[in-house]
Amino acid sequence: MKTKKITVKSRTENLSLIRDFISAAASEANVSTDDTENIILAVDEACTNIIKHAYKLNPEGEIVVKVKTAVSKFIVSIIDYGKSFEPQAIPEPDLQKYYRQHRVGGLGMYLMRTLMDDVKYVSIPQKYNEVLLSKKINVAQNNVR
Amino acid sequence: MAEFSTSIKDKGDVSVINLKGFLDAHTAPILENNFVDLIDKNRFQIVVEFKDLAYISSAGLGVFMAYIEKIRDSKGDIKFAGMSDKVYNIFDLLGFPLLYEIFKSEDEAIKKFVETK
Repeated sequence: MKTKKITVKSRTENLSLIRDFISAAASEANVSTDDTENIILAVDEACTNIIKHAYKLNPEGEIVVKVKTAVSKFIVSIIDYGKSFEPQAIPEPDLQKYYRQHRVGGLGMYLMRTLMDDVKYVSIPQKYNEVLLSKKINVAQNNVR
Repeated sequence: MAEFSTSIKDKGDVSVINLKGFLDAHTAPILENNFVDLIDKNRFQIVVEFKDLAYISSAGLGVFMAYIEKIRDSKGDIKFAGMSDKVYNIFDLLGFPLLYEIFKSEDEAIKKFVETK
């Protein structure tokens, strides 16, 4: 299993750095284009939520993104040291309701769950929070040895 | 940093916002400002052209939700055009096609505004 890591400050301007990091790691692991795009979006949503909610837009927080690739699985671990949260407290998104409220919430979590095979949250209050995103990967036929 | 830019052109009563590049939580405020400016100028018939958009996250989709009711209350609408399959898929996953009209081309979207006047 290979592991790669990037650490960035909790600023939205760093989202593109994180996306590029995931893109490079997925390319190295021969992940298909469709799967790569889905993983990139799920990771972006997780990091956006961390910046907005765990760090409440404080730009000095730290986000650690680690990628582990096994033969048929691509796992992303995202750690922050901000406010912990209870994922079960976030309701499923309801667009008709948001229409009246002029806001959206929970879209990112819903996308993460839809685009990935597994999403896990680990929260150790006062220490760290971890989001684990994993996806089975379809390796292109000509890359199978 | 993510590259994102918009340009706005007026075609009669319809304003077309062309999106280019990567629309995420960092760049979404640029698009928000476009909507604020158009609403200030009482231009409520808006087509968003996606053909040059490479990427969108939910922060970008949130911008359309923020202004749609105000625009429709003012007898206008936001219509979408030129989405790639990849971008459409994200809108579809979140149920946007139930709330917004999506057209293949900018011209079709503009035509719909003209026809329903």
